[in-house]
Amino acid sequence: MKLYDYVLSPSCYKVRLMAALAGVKLSIRPVDFHPGAEHRGPELMTLNPAGSIPIIEDGDLVLTESSAMLVYLAATAAPQWLGNDTAMHAARVQQWISFSHRLTASLGAARLHEMLLRPGNIDVLQGQGTAALRELEAGLVEQSIRGQRFLALDRPTVADIACFPYVALAPDGGVSLDPYPAIRLWSRAIRAIEGFIEMPGIHRLHELKPEPVPEVGEA
Amino acid sequence: MTRNAMIDEWYPVGLASQLDVHGRKTALMGEPIVVRRGEDGNAKVTGGNEHALPACIRYGHVWSSLGDPQKPLFAIPEADQPGRRLVDVGVVRVRCSPLRAVENFLDIAHFPFVHTDILGSEPHTEVQNYKVEIREDEDEVWATQVKFYQPQAAKSAEGGITTEYMYRVPAPTCSILYKTCPPRPGEWDVITLFVQPLAEDLCNVWPWMALFDDETPMTDLIHFQQTIFVQDRSILENQIPRLLPLDPGMEIPTRADLTSVAYRRWLKRHGYTYGAQLVAQ
Repeated sequence: MKLYDYVLSPSCYKVRLMAALAGVKLSIRPVDFHPGAEHRGPELMTLNPAGSIPIIEDGDLVLTESSAMLVYLAATAAPQWLGNDTAMHAARVQQWISFSHRLTASLGAARLHEMLLRPGNIDVLQGQGTAALRELEAGLVEQSIRGQRFLALDRPTVADIACFPYVALAPDGGVSLDPYPAIRLWSRAIRAIEGFIEMPGIHRLHELKPEPVPEVGEA
Repeated sequence: MTRNAMIDEWYPVGLASQLDVHGRKTALMGEPIVVRRGEDGNAKVTGGNEHALPACIRYGHVWSSLGDPQKPLFAIPEADQPGRRLVDVGVVRVRCSPLRAVENFLDIAHFPFVHTDILGSEPHTEVQNYKVEIREDEDEVWATQVKFYQPQAAKSAEGGITTEYMYRVPAPTCSILYKTCPPRPGEWDVITLFVQPLAEDLCNVWPWMALFDDETPMTDLIHFQQTIFVQDRSILENQIPRLLPLDPGMEIPTRADLTSVAYRRWLKRHGYTYGAQLVAQ
């Protein structure tokens, strides 16, 4: 499975992270997104007329949407990550996967503006990003009331991986995560998953600061 | 405003490879400027009212100044050595003092914690003794005999090696790192950090490299350096105080910070205080 990849792209990182968690080996083809704008060049535009990365090629299959890539990786090698054991769970996963596009369009665009000088109305992007974060925070609080630590279930699914990178990198675009305790706990829970990998700007948890394990039987 | 002593210095304002006749709007120390290719093919930089500013092209970048530079841009003799690959890494904007960006580049103690498993790893955290001087003839800060254990020192490095470094600060917002060159012992790889001050707490950082490496694809070289720099970015944006303190009292240096101490001393001596904080608060 070949991934057209940019090391600083949160959407590409989603795919690398899901592949690592599912145990799928990717063959990485680095794309000079910045400063070379190779994704807008003839070779990649032929593969993906939308001019975006990531792109996955696997035999005859070409995927240009990161959410589809997450589903493909999970269905191939780790079906428990699909989270589709009941109709309600499957719908919750789809709800958050669709929602993740709003994070890309707001927090992702704010980050490109603030870090790589891409055009955009930064106030509008940050405002939309903040609105999306509040919605996510509310969703995670509701989940915690249900006794669940992740977005759709009590275990991580493709929905968590679809939302996590742009949220974790929100500060790169000038949007602080300080007001969102549920998001920060969720971020820790994701980074504590066995097999987690990092990207620039998203740090791994330090082994000297393990997750606290609650004592069984305590009130 | 404290920009006066720094106003006559050269600063990077764009990539030479991206010059065009339409021009690109940017800023230098709070002044809006436009960087374009002139009709004669040379770089043209203009300030307010189309006022022409000094301009030159060197080391892959366009350089300019708001003042009247007393010296040509500093020399990097290695950059002209045949056989080197010249790598335009591209701009990264950071909401931090331009001087903080340079100071972070001079620091090695953070490698195991910020660039984990690339430029450093635990438990190999010790910074061995090294030499720092302000060279009076060249008027530059130099750190030499810097040694550090690195799991993957460069894209061309296979496995962990003890890397030797030299650091050089030839201008207040520019630093050059000379680093052991795995494919060619006896030569140094050149890795630079050119910083464009936009405001006292905002800068464009233009890393650039001149490497002996005939194997690694150009995109991999760019991504390696972008990875390293963006790992630093979130740290830089959260440093307090935002301006670099030049007086003792606010921060307590340790032996590992000798280069930073010399850099701050050199800045203060010249009055290079744009982006600096003078009295500890």
